[in-house]
Amino acid sequence: MNKSSAPFLCKDYRVDLMNNKISIPDERVKEMSAFRNSLIRPELGGIIGTIVVFIIFIFLASDSGMFSSQGVLNWSIVSAQFMIIAVGACLLMIAGEFDLSVGSMIGFAGMLIAIFGVTFGWPMWMAILLTFAICIAIGALNGFICIRTGLPSFIVTLAFLFILRGFTIFLPQTIERKTIIGGIREAAEGDWLGAVFGEKLFMGFFQYLGDLGIISVFSRGTRAGEPVVNGIPMLIVWALILVAFGHILLTKTRFGNWIFASGGDAEAARNSGVPVNKVKILMFMFTAFCATVFATCQVMEFGSAGADRGLLKEFEAIIAVVIGGALLTGGYGSVIGAALGALIFGVVQQGLFFAGVESSLFRVFLGLILLGAVILNTYIRRLITGER
Amino acid sequence: MNSQAAVTPIIEMRNIRKHYGPVIALAGVSIKIYPGECHCLLGDNGAGKSTFIKAMSGVVKPTQGEIIVNGEQKFFNNPRDAMQAGIATVHQHLAMIPLMSVSRNFFLGNEPTKKIAGIQFYDRKYADRKTMEAMSKMGINLRGPDQAVGTLSGGERQTVAISRAVHFGAQVLILDEPTSALGVRQTSNVLATIDKVRNEGVAVVFITHNVRHALAVGDRFTVLNRGQTHGTAMRGDITPEDLQNLMAGGQELATLEGSLGGTV
Repeated sequence: MNKSSAPFLCKDYRVDLMNNKISIPDERVKEMSAFRNSLIRPELGGIIGTIVVFIIFIFLASDSGMFSSQGVLNWSIVSAQFMIIAVGACLLMIAGEFDLSVGSMIGFAGMLIAIFGVTFGWPMWMAILLTFAICIAIGALNGFICIRTGLPSFIVTLAFLFILRGFTIFLPQTIERKTIIGGIREAAEGDWLGAVFGEKLFMGFFQYLGDLGIISVFSRGTRAGEPVVNGIPMLIVWALILVAFGHILLTKTRFGNWIFASGGDAEAARNSGVPVNKVKILMFMFTAFCATVFATCQVMEFGSAGADRGLLKEFEAIIAVVIGGALLTGGYGSVIGAALGALIFGVVQQGLFFAGVESSLFRVFLGLILLGAVILNTYIRRLITGER
Repeated sequence: MNSQAAVTPIIEMRNIRKHYGPVIALAGVSIKIYPGECHCLLGDNGAGKSTFIKAMSGVVKPTQGEIIVNGEQKFFNNPRDAMQAGIATVHQHLAMIPLMSVSRNFFLGNEPTKKIAGIQFYDRKYADRKTMEAMSKMGINLRGPDQAVGTLSGGERQTVAISRAVHFGAQVLILDEPTSALGVRQTSNVLATIDKVRNEGVAVVFITHNVRHALAVGDRFTVLNRGQTHGTAMRGDITPEDLQNLMAGGQELATLEGSLGGTV
């Protein structure tokens, strides 16, 4: 190459650039059918898992009453419990953080309601509102410490797992000299906010179904003629509301975009003007809110608060979220997926009981489902995001 | 040249000095950047390119010197000030989130919203449509607006980042070594993008240490060497050899010429 040819080479290159049609379709990307595209979504693993689990239990336990009105209510309640905490854990995980203090928070919140409402004798609505305020503030503190110190949320919330559980045992022992406080149902009698967490919906409709003979009714005893399932517990209503809220927030609002971005790459998100710290702290608060909803429904149903409530719930929430297709390191996931994960969890746990399978085998099933779901989800996620 | 001189520069950096303690990173550099032009800023490692563009984008405050935007003197306290003046930087490490879709990335931090029943919702249809428009204008074929950024090549990501900056009103686009980690084909895509953006009247400041890339799209060339500049050359006034020698400070490269065929 001689000296004079070099500028010409550059000039040609430029002309070439201007005529260059780079909009040639990339021959290395295969065309995908619309059907395949519509299938490949974060929830796919959860959808497949739900179908498989239902097929298995229709074969295993159909004659055991699992799909009678009472059986359906049974596993629906268990699944709804998982859903409530899974929604919070899901949004927090997508925002790139963990909360291991969810289980302890459930015990702590229940105990606070009992102490305020029963021991102190305050009106139930006041006890519940105050408990929500305290628990959400603790959630904010969790988030604040994580953001300020830069420590992994795994460690910070692990500390709160112990701190809150410790208080949950210490407080009733010092105040009441026992670890279970009862009498909550009586204290909540006629309270408007207590009803929001403890009542049942559509009781008239269920009575009507019972009268028609569509669902089973009690044939003897004091409740003869009443349907066995006499309404939808508020727990299930809360679960559905929270799932709908979480899903809309995540996929249909700009804040949802910020949640994904905060977990996907916090630095890049900050460069684009996303208030990452605010997003993360708000998600910690929302997780605490979900745990408190769970606790309030639970104490209203049981009528008591115990120091051991909510044990291991943080892991169950995380398992449901991961079965639902969320990425453990953040930035990817789906609330609908997490809800399906919770449903799978609840159906398997109760279904094995209905099928008469030895209860210790539940853990084996759970482990297998978790492993299978994570492998499947990793494959689906790679298809969507092009990760290598 | 005369017609060019009649146009006022969109941004002018006058006699910029920057000292980091005893180290003189910039010893008085002046350049003028015109709309619709690609101004290449060349220089070897440690020549002061990074410091200079940091001053231009508000990341560092110059020790001395003036920044004049559209004839008005400006003082940038932070990158946000510079962005408000229409100066956007596309970094080597992009502000893109690979797990998110192209359209969600494109509008990140500037999400369009629409009101339904008094609540602000993310206007996905608008975002998707605008993203597809912007992408096809830049010559990127997406499978769909929900394709994840992680599935794009490095060159395509650069192009998305550039078109995003332009879409949100950048008048001066600072590209910090956009081609340094790319292959030949991807590089040519990015250079083509620069050409398209320039034709829309945006001023491009293209930082590179590759003379070929600079000559392929540049209108003006400023070589930085040890914190100083030897002035700005117009396209056609300078040969690649001259540029190369200026970058190396007139040393050593002459002896390599025979075996390397003239260019590096």
